[in-house]
Amino acid sequence: MRLKSHRRRLWIDRLVRLFAGFSAVVGIFFLLWILWTVVSRGAAALNLTFFLKGPAPPGVPGGGLGNAVLGTLILTLLATLFGVPLGLLAGIFLSEFGRHHPIGGALRFVVNVLMGVPSIIVGLFVWAWLVVPLGGFSGLAGAVALAVLMVPVVVRTTEDMLRLMPDTLRESVLALGAPRWRMVAILLRGARTGLLTGVLLAVARISGETAPLLFTALNSPYWPRSLLKPMANLTVTIYNYALSPYPNWQQLAWGASLLITLSVLALTLVSRIFLGGRKAP
Amino acid sequence: MRRRFFLGDRLLLLLSTTAALLVLLLIAGIFVVLVGHSRLAFQHLGLRFFVQHIWNPVTGEFGALPSLYGTLVTTLIALVLAVPLSLAVALLLAELAPPWLATPVSLAVELLAAIPSIIYGMWGLYVFAPYMAHHVEPWLQRTLGFLPLFQGPTHGIGFLTAGIILALMILPFMSAVMREVFQMVPAVVKEAGYGIGATTWEVTRGVILRYGIRGLLGAVFLGLGRALGETMAVTFVIGNEHRLSLSLFSPGTSITSTLANEFTEASEPVYLSALIELGLLLFLVSLVIQVLALLWLKRMERRMGAGP
Amino acid sequence: MNWTQSLRQRFNSRNATRERAEPPRPLFVPNPKIMVRNLNFYYGDFQALYDNNLDIAAHKVTAIIGPSGCGKSTHIRVYNRIFELYRDQRAEGAVYLDGVNILSPEVDVIELRRRIGMIFQKPTPFPMSIFDNVAYGLRLHYRLSKSELEDRVRAALEAAALWDEVKDKLHQSAYALSGGQQQRLVIARALAVEPEVLLMDEPTSAIDPVATARIEDLVESLKERYTIVIVTHNMQQAARISDYTAFFYNGRIVEFGPTEQIFTNPKNKQTEAYITGRFG
Repeated sequence: MRLKSHRRRLWIDRLVRLFAGFSAVVGIFFLLWILWTVVSRGAAALNLTFFLKGPAPPGVPGGGLGNAVLGTLILTLLATLFGVPLGLLAGIFLSEFGRHHPIGGALRFVVNVLMGVPSIIVGLFVWAWLVVPLGGFSGLAGAVALAVLMVPVVVRTTEDMLRLMPDTLRESVLALGAPRWRMVAILLRGARTGLLTGVLLAVARISGETAPLLFTALNSPYWPRSLLKPMANLTVTIYNYALSPYPNWQQLAWGASLLITLSVLALTLVSRIFLGGRKAP
Repeated sequence: MRRRFFLGDRLLLLLSTTAALLVLLLIAGIFVVLVGHSRLAFQHLGLRFFVQHIWNPVTGEFGALPSLYGTLVTTLIALVLAVPLSLAVALLLAELAPPWLATPVSLAVELLAAIPSIIYGMWGLYVFAPYMAHHVEPWLQRTLGFLPLFQGPTHGIGFLTAGIILALMILPFMSAVMREVFQMVPAVVKEAGYGIGATTWEVTRGVILRYGIRGLLGAVFLGLGRALGETMAVTFVIGNEHRLSLSLFSPGTSITSTLANEFTEASEPVYLSALIELGLLLFLVSLVIQVLALLWLKRMERRMGAGP
Repeated sequence: MNWTQSLRQRFNSRNATRERAEPPRPLFVPNPKIMVRNLNFYYGDFQALYDNNLDIAAHKVTAIIGPSGCGKSTHIRVYNRIFELYRDQRAEGAVYLDGVNILSPEVDVIELRRRIGMIFQKPTPFPMSIFDNVAYGLRLHYRLSKSELEDRVRAALEAAALWDEVKDKLHQSAYALSGGQQQRLVIARALAVEPEVLLMDEPTSAIDPVATARIEDLVESLKERYTIVIVTHNMQQAARISDYTAFFYNGRIVEFGPTEQIFTNPKNKQTEAYITGRFG
């Protein structure tokens, strides 16, 4: 029997290792390139005016994006208020009531499908359900679109985190004669770090979203006044300003990019710290 | 003993079931809405919507072909580039790198995944596209210019740039999932592979990849789904021209970028409806991919017997 | 296997070459295939083996017994250097296979592992067909025609006493086999590449008594062609199938001798206590 050449086998092995190292370098290289671009171009724009002033008219220098910062905060907060309770309840259903229920199986499948639905499609959906009947683009519609994007993330985290709680805990609470809802409350307390992390990740996911806002919240040069009017927000502003011919608008777009990037990366890092050694959902 | 009645229990069951049903209704709702609003376009354009490449709001003639083509081409480029890279990164993180290296690399990969798509778009438009136009694309033209894929003017704005940026965006997702798949393979099975005298690569190829094939395919489909539906990064760099071109350097459009660009400007009902029909198309394509993935995975499962 | 490890070994290589230059003398075993000298083993800062000295007789069965956690598995995992997969594990000392120190960095690990097969506690079939499992190692190491490959797979399955049970379903998944069959399949896979030594790490602890008996018979029949080292915590098993027995306790080899002597007339108090079931 002829033995295969070990030298050749080891060379192939080494080439694969080299390729693996190279791939990681590619990823890190682009990460640093993008971060460097955003920081170097956006840092100059992030000053007090940026946060305190609204935008100047086209072509007029100066101005800030305070309205968009506030708008993004409002949209994110509202979306969290809409999306988290819904996702939490559906997650509780999956973990505590629907484990073997046919609705449970269907729900789990649908949640997976929802994760894969393009966010711009969610934008179209909310446009048809809210923007058309209400007669115009609105901050409310934007928040609902973002909430729809949050829901599947929250459902999955909730189910995963509750599943991590041991059944003996459930049994021992029920054995005390406590009602089921008390048991669920105790489970939620036990899983609160994980749940919080899931919410943070979901917030990180939506706070950089642009596509679902294009047809819902749209954008506005004014400070947010009503939930039923178009609402200024950072991401759509970046989109509009980046493609505008005015240098000061482009500058503001870079500032907004930096702000969004930093916030999202910070949220991700914080949730990673919360998560510790556990797996991300 | 009298059966106790807990209002809280009833309430919790009611609320959580309602929430579950609402989430279930979401997907049906999306479908109904898209179908309803695209009916007008379907009545006007019929099946030619799917096969013609004209996109003319003035004459009211709309064809999905250029958008669909752009979506598929950019997604394909992204997968071709990102699948081997993410496999390699996952292999590095799970099998090859010592902890002092794996921790920062996995953090970097995670952060790459967290960067919002609009940032990829900004960077792509202002930094990467010019770089492609001046360096990468001319070089490709010199070396591979005999292929129709790499002919024509090099703007830096077009399918190739969009595909590369998409690849960057899906790389972290796929490698994170693949890494988990690698780590799920029991240590003793790997040891058995090494114990026969296999190299790391041979164990990976022969044992780990087979063991985790379902998960790995899942990761690829996850990436595919994201690439299909990604909007902002593509919109910034694809050029937004409704045309079909074999050249990867050529500007084009994708379903998502057509929607992002034209939706709020569409004034005619038919135009608007045609755009929503595009959205329906995208929704159906991503749905079909998911279902196909599930069926494929089921078949794999049967073939693997009672396996892992 | 990883770069830190190989650096460290390159660093120690002078030491290892010197040891190879003086082949050691056998303890008392005639014709030893493997000789272990002053083997110390560490998991990070924790020392798991202390100055192990052991000879493995060629074409005999050597049993390694002792309470759990005493270093039995750790000891044989040095022989094929499988421990090197883990970064914090390290071995010092020497293990000679046919007079060559296999811990020396010049040793070709691929060849070493082809010559020393290993069977684990749990059956470890790969996620592929029965045929492909046995062919796995063959395809790695040898250039074979299709018919040669088939012949060798059949020979290995016959040697592992599994052929008759699987000959009609060679292309079915290996996971469809029972636990005992899977374990014999794994033995066939190891035998296929023509090893000289078989390391068996508690090969019957995860399978039922009937399957265990079949594997014990198999071990008996294999020792004509192979040198076998079997780790077991089942003392009856050690007494039944082994020629030599080493008793491990807290990482030290407390007593090593012909099986008959260890079980009938142990010299050491601890050995006696363990064998008579007073602890462990």
